[in-house]
Order: sequence, then C-alpha cells, then structure tokens
Amino acid sequence: MKSLADLEEIRENTKFQLNLRHESPDNIQIRVGLASCGIAAGAREVLNKFVDEIAKKNLENVTVTTMGCIGLCSDEPVAEVETQNGEKTTYIKLTPEKVVRIVDEHIAGNKPVAEYTLGSKA
Amino acid sequence: MYRSNVLVCGGTGCTSSSSGEIIKALEKEIKARGLENEVEVVKTGCFGLCALGPIMIVYPEGSFYSMVKVEDIPEIVEEHLLKGRIVKRLLYQETVDGDNIKSLNETPFYAKQRRTALRNCGVINPEKIDEYIAMDGYKALAKALTEMTPEQVIEEIKASGLRGRGGGGFPTGVKWSFAAAQPKGQKYVCCNADEGDPGAFMDRSILEGDPHTVLEAMAIAGYAIGSNQGYIYVRAEYPIAVERLQIAIDQAHEYGLLGENIFGTDFSFDVQLRLGAGAFVCGEETALMTSIEGNRGEPRPRPPFPAVKGLFGKPTILNNVETYANICQIILNGAEWFSSMGTEKSKGTKVFALGGKINHTGLVEVPMGTTLREIVEEIGGGVPGGKKFKAAQTGGPSGGCIPAEHLDIPIDYDNLISIGSMMGSGGLIVMDETTCMVDIAKFFLEFTVDESCGKCTPCRIGTKRLLEMLEKITEGNATMEDIDKMEELCYYIKENALCGLGQTAPNPVLSTLHFFRDEYIAHVKDKKCPAGVCKSLLQYSIDPDKCRGCTACARVCPNGAISGKVKEPHAIDTAKCIKCGACMEKCKFGAISKG
Ligand SMILES: Cc1cc2nc3c(=O)[nH]c(=O)nc-3n(C[C@H](O)[C@H](O)[C@H](O)COP(=O)(O)O)c2cc1C
Repeated sequence: MKSLADLEEIRENTKFQLNLRHESPDNIQIRVGLASCGIAAGAREVLNKFVDEIAKKNLENVTVTTMGCIGLCSDEPVAEVETQNGEKTTYIKLTPEKVVRIVDEHIAGNKPVAEYTLGSKA
Repeated sequence: MYRSNVLVCGGTGCTSSSSGEIIKALEKEIKARGLENEVEVVKTGCFGLCALGPIMIVYPEGSFYSMVKVEDIPEIVEEHLLKGRIVKRLLYQETVDGDNIKSLNETPFYAKQRRTALRNCGVINPEKIDEYIAMDGYKALAKALTEMTPEQVIEEIKASGLRGRGGGGFPTGVKWSFAAAQPKGQKYVCCNADEGDPGAFMDRSILEGDPHTVLEAMAIAGYAIGSNQGYIYVRAEYPIAVERLQIAIDQAHEYGLLGENIFGTDFSFDVQLRLGAGAFVCGEETALMTSIEGNRGEPRPRPPFPAVKGLFGKPTILNNVETYANICQIILNGAEWFSSMGTEKSKGTKVFALGGKINHTGLVEVPMGTTLREIVEEIGGGVPGGKKFKAAQTGGPSGGCIPAEHLDIPIDYDNLISIGSMMGSGGLIVMDETTCMVDIAKFFLEFTVDESCGKCTPCRIGTKRLLEMLEKITEGNATMEDIDKMEELCYYIKENALCGLGQTAPNPVLSTLHFFRDEYIAHVKDKKCPAGVCKSLLQYSIDPDKCRGCTACARVCPNGAISGKVKEPHAIDTAKCIKCGACMEKCKFGAISKG
C-alpha cells in the first residue's frame, strides 16, 4: 500500500517526463540541429546528452527540441540556446562532454560558455 | 529519459478511424530508426477535435498533426522525429501561419476553452496510474482524508456552486449533505455513466481519457457521506471506457488507493462496475439503481429520494461522470477558484459534444455563460457548405432547440430553461436550413417511444399518440385542430408521467412548436415542408426549359419514374416517384427541383 510519501515520489519521478507534454514558450529553449549534416557529425548523441543532463539535474524550465539545418554544416553539431529574456547563443562543434559544461554553466548557471560559441571562432 | 513524446488519440472517434494502426506504424518506424529510447509513443484520451481525427501531437514542439494516415507515418518519423523538420504539409492547417507555426491554444477551436473536467484527456495515458498521479492525481483524496473532515468536504463542494452535470443541475454538495445526514450504516456512492441521449459523448470521453479522476472523486464522496462502496453504471456499448475503468480500478487497488485503510486512515472504499444494456431509461436515477440491483430497469416514484432510500434500500448518492470529474479540482484548488468561472447560478465549466451541421465536430469545454454563438461560430468553426444556422438542439430527447435569434444567449442552466430548452448532459446538435423542425421533433419522439419502459400510461401510450400526430403532420394529413390537440397532449404527458423520461419527452415538440410554429402550419395548411425534408410533401419536377434531354436522370432513377426521348425534355411520373432525390443530384443543368 502506498503512503503519502510514496505517492509524492511517483509524482516527482513521472512529472518530469510529463513536463514535455505541454507547450512552454516561457522555458529556456535548447534547439539541436538535427539535419543530415548534424546527424552525421553526432548530433543525436548531443541531443540525448542534453535531455539526460537536464533530467539528471532536475532542471524544470527547459525545453530541448530540434531544428533543421541552419547552414553551419562544417561546424556541426550545432545547438542554439535561447534564454527567457530572448538572448540567443549558438554553440558549435558540440560533443557530449561540452554539453555537460553548457548545462552546468549556461542552463543552470546562466553564464554562456564563451569558448564553445560560434562567436569564439573569429 | 525520452526527448520527445508522440501523443496519439485513443478515444472512440480516432480509434474508429484507425489510430490503433497509426500507433503500431509509429512504433515500427521509430524502432527501425533506433529511436525507441528517445521517443515515446503515448496513447491518450480524446483531444476534442474529433472531426479531424486521427489526431497526433508531437512534443516538445507541440506540432498538431490531423487526419493522420498510416502512409504518412514514415515521413513524420524520418523528417520530424529523426531530423527535426516538422512536416508542415500534414499539420492541422489552422496552426500554420505562413512560416510560423502557431500554438494549438491560439487556434479558434481551443482559444476559448477552459479544460477542467477534461484537463487530463489527451495529456496522459489513461492506462498508467503513475501519469495520473503525476498530474496531482489522488492528491485531492489524500487532502480530504488527512486534512479535512467529511463536513468540510461537503461544505467545500457546496461553496463551489457545482451543480449536477447529468441534466438536472441539482447542487452536488446539497445532495451529498442529504445522504450524509442519514444515520450511520451501509451507504452507497453511484456514478451515472449511462449516457444514453443521441449525440452525446462527453462522459464516454472522460472515462476513456481520465478514468482515475472519477474513481478518486467517488472515494472522496464516499468519505463525505460515510460510504465504503461505489458502483459505476456504465453502458456495455462503451467497450473502451469499460476496459480502461477496469484497468484503473485494478491499478488503484494495487497501490492501495482503493481498498482497506486508504493512506493508513480508517477509511476504506471500493468501486465496482455494473454494465448497462443500453436502455435510455436506465440513466434515470431510480431505474439505474433498480438495474444495479439486478432487476428490470424501471423507475419508481420519488420520494423516497435515493439519499434516503436508494440502492438496496440504503442511502445513496448518484452523480454524473462529469460532475465527479470536477470534484478533485475543487478540493485541490478550492471552492473559490471553481466559482470564479461561470455565471451567477451556474458555476464552473460545461463539456459539450458538438455534432450535426458543424465544421468542428468534437468535444469542447467552456466556462458556463459562454454564448451559443461563440460555441458554434468560433469554436465549432460554423456551419459547413455556406449554409445558414437554423437552430441548435440541447438536452437531447428531453431538451429543446435554440433558434438563431437566441444565438447570443449565455449558456447556463437557467437561461436554457427560460427559453424552453435545457442543458441536458451536454449534447449540442447544430442544424442548418436544410433541417425540418417537425422532422426533428419526430426523430426525438421516435426515440422516446422506443425507449419508454412502458411502466406508466402517459409515457407508454401518450408518446406513441404524440408520434402518430407528428407523422400525420409530416405526411400532410393533419388539420390545425390536430396541432392544438397535440399541444394539449404534450402538457398532459409532462404533468402525469412517472419519471423524467416521460415528463420531458414532449419538450422537443413544444420547443419546436414555440419557435417554428410557422413550419408546422406550412405542413398542415400548405401541405409543404419548407426545408424540403418530409418526403410525402415533396414533389420533384423537371423544368422543360432547362432540361437538355441528356437522359442522366432517367438512367439513375431506381424506379423508372422518369421518361423522355434523347435531347428532348424529360418528365417525372409523380405516381411512380419515390422521392429519393437521385435525379436531382445527377442533373448537371439544374433542371430538377423539389418543393
Ligand atoms: C430518462 C432519463 C435519462 C437520464 N440519463 C442520464 C444519463 O445518461 N447520465 C446522467 O448522468 N444522468 C442521466 N439522467 C439524470 C439522472 O436521473 C440523475 O439526475 C443524474 O445522474 C444525477 O447526477 P448529477 O446530479 O451529477 O447530474 C437521466 C434522467 C432521465 C429522466
């Protein structure tokens, strides 16, 4: 038989998954480029790493979604982070390791990781 | 962790347009691309837009695909789920705005809705209790059992202003307090899921999409009145609802959310299903209880009311499915939250099953007080084919019609009664100018004659005579005297029938007579059916000036009633014509008319 605490635990565990099921325009949006160029360069791993890291850290106001090719094929995998105030950061040449840092510092800590951004190329 | 959820409607409408096959195809294609650990396919309850089924929503994007075909699945999986490119061509077009994709909540169909009773329908998998729990499921029961006394529960429901959604509109909290006031002992909590009126599918959709909310609310009701046993009376013609209810009951038992000592308190509660055979009268409360007892479903006089002497002679409350679907939200959010929606005397929202001559056939939930115009023109997308709105029928065989002149009436219990209709359980059938109002009245009378249980004379014989009078009118054999007689008989039946079935059966006649008397008179005096529906009053004829003698009509006529030489005007033998209208449909020159 379930106690109130058990119920709360089920709720917490399942809620995260259900958060996916409504539109949340006010969330931080992470869009991973998933066109052929991106997939070939490992965008799937990057995408799933974002999803897993965010779940691991229990970050609720974040939506991880996908986008098509944005024309930076040689810099793939590419992802765009748009924070609640509309600021956009484009990350390039991503790897699962880089994702861990981005989630840590940018998504949770609100400080973009400058050296992974498109701007760092110049 | 899944990165994407694909929600596919598993309600009755979408299931019958093969959403089951779509789910299978999705799972196969997803597996073929190795996405099975990234994308979850979820079978949910009804999203509401039944006209556009099968329906599928992909999250987190919130892309709304409508009228999905099995053949479209590989493309959606490859493009959208694998490569992140939404397949715009297959989206619900109202959500596509040039290059932008609008949120579903901005579309006319959803913008004015307030999904309260339907909040979980189309969101959770109704066969997974964990998903229900995640949406604050069983939290209201926990709150009631651990923080509130039964009296406080009843007071909260009373204060919310919730009225029964089964048709009568009786205040739910008051009903509960009557049963609670009875001496301690065996009491019962029943749920009316008989939903028998033609065109209604609100309760069915709630049961299919969110069965646990009904179980939880019944347990709360049990706590409030001091009952440990609930029964859900659901029609066997609702197989998906029955199946999901049983799954929900089993899961709740497994978690100890039904059964002995719930949450370690001394409150115990169990729920059992009872299947009805689909008799309309069994939706009437006393007949329903008689049927649960295992007897022939016939009503009995009241008083005694069920709250005093109900099921098996014990104090019983009976509430409608949608009534229960509001309870948990009221306990969680408070009476004030609920009563902030709606009108002075009708609080909260109402679910309507939109049907008939309307573009967006489906299920909608709006705050009480929303106007009929908003429902029909905005949410419902208007009448198809550029035809004119004539009337809406609410309340099914017990209700009446609302004509175009009352389109701006805010819909609530009292306003509908004031114009001779009633809320009913929420069936809302839209009729356009091609509908004959006498024919509609006849349709509903045929239904009540069929469904009358026969126990009392006014209903058994009265409705039959009433139907005969309507037939006489539609056949062109009636006199004006017959209309007066018919009206008199209507009032006689209303006053003298034993139960609600008979007492309300004349309503469709009275309300059409009130608003469309001229149509009745046209049938009687001019022997004409203005809408061109009543066959006996129709004459098909060919305009010789327009007829080119193509012979198409003569060839399509099933009864050989049309003759004429090639390239010469044809003619219809009215004695042979069976008025099927096939010739008129076939004629390319508009030479055939009826009237
Ligand atoms: C002929 C007839 C059929 C009815 N059918 C239904 C029905 O299908 N579902 C329903 O909830 N109430 C139906 N009712 C109303 C019930 O008798 C009863 O008023 C209602 O279930 C009470 O629940 P509520 O207070 O929550 O509305 C019907 C009444 C009559 C007279």
